Amino acid sequence: MKWGVVVFPGSNCDADCVYVIRDVLGDPVETLWHQDTDLRGVDAVVLPGGFSYGDYLRTGAIARFSPIMQSIASFAKNGGLVLGICNGFQILLESGLLPGAMLRNTGLRFICRTVTLRVDRTDTPFTNRYTRGQIVRMPIAHNEGRFAADPATIKRINQDAVFRYCNEQGEVTEEANPNGSSACIAGITNQAGNVMGLMPHPERASELSLGSNDGRLIFESMRHALAGAR
Amino acid sequence: MLAKVYVTLKPGLLDAQGKTVKGALDALGFHTVDEVRVGKYIELELHGLSASAAKSAVERMCQQLLTNPIIETYRVDFGATAKPASKKSARARRPAPRRKKAVARRR
Repeated sequence: MKWGVVVFPGSNCDADCVYVIRDVLGDPVETLWHQDTDLRGVDAVVLPGGFSYGDYLRTGAIARFSPIMQSIASFAKNGGLVLGICNGFQILLESGLLPGAMLRNTGLRFICRTVTLRVDRTDTPFTNRYTRGQIVRMPIAHNEGRFAADPATIKRINQDAVFRYCNEQGEVTEEANPNGSSACIAGITNQAGNVMGLMPHPERASELSLGSNDGRLIFESMRHALAGAR
Repeated sequence: MLAKVYVTLKPGLLDAQGKTVKGALDALGFHTVDEVRVGKYIELELHGLSASAAKSAVERMCQQLLTNPIIETYRVDFGATAKPASKKSARARRPAPRRKKAVARRR
């Protein structure tokens, strides 16, 4: 399968995503420039972390209007797999491809540290290589990671959340919630299940030499899902 | 025409910045402040639009880009364009040099 990693002005995790896909997974990968509209036949799209367009106005607010996002919206509507990491998640929210919005962390601090997450769903193309309830470790690095939505949406997402912040025992508690996110939500999919956004960085946790390779299973799950679809 | 857009977080959403500023005001002895909401202020210089057309255009701008309706509310005020002061009038407003006084103070 061929992967596409989008590069916006201000993206800074694009090279890490390309590295993991090309050198760790061994798959072909293309970088997709934000001004392009051609997805070059990729089978899955990754929106990397960073500060697209300087986070001007709101995180992801301007990136949403870039030409490549119009193509990605159609790609997603046709069932294409789209993974948004950190700022990529924020872009998906602003685009309306995922429900909800991000607010500043309750502590008003940029948080950069490894957190523990609980995998609550394995019936998605992004998590089929995990076991349900598995506790995984990945770093977060964000200032706006407090997930919010209207009460009805929160209620629905609360049942469908994919990743939640938890303690070492896998208990989802407010103490384990680093940013004040609603229902400790760290990652969600859309209702169709082909678009996922998460605040933690799986590309920074894909090799044991970096402290954790738990994130690699997201990329491997996507590959597995696409292989099964063929 | 000048449109002034005031954006704040929706009531009910924790405004962490506002809460922190309130705490700081408390620390300064301003105990009469019940709540602080910190928001954004955006000025739009508009041309070629009637008052009602401007109103509906700014409304659409707020809905589509300037605010995120999921988490933010906004209010728009319209006014006349603020004319930038000319160089001459800026000079006229500047206080007279007070060099002598400054020298005296240094001694």
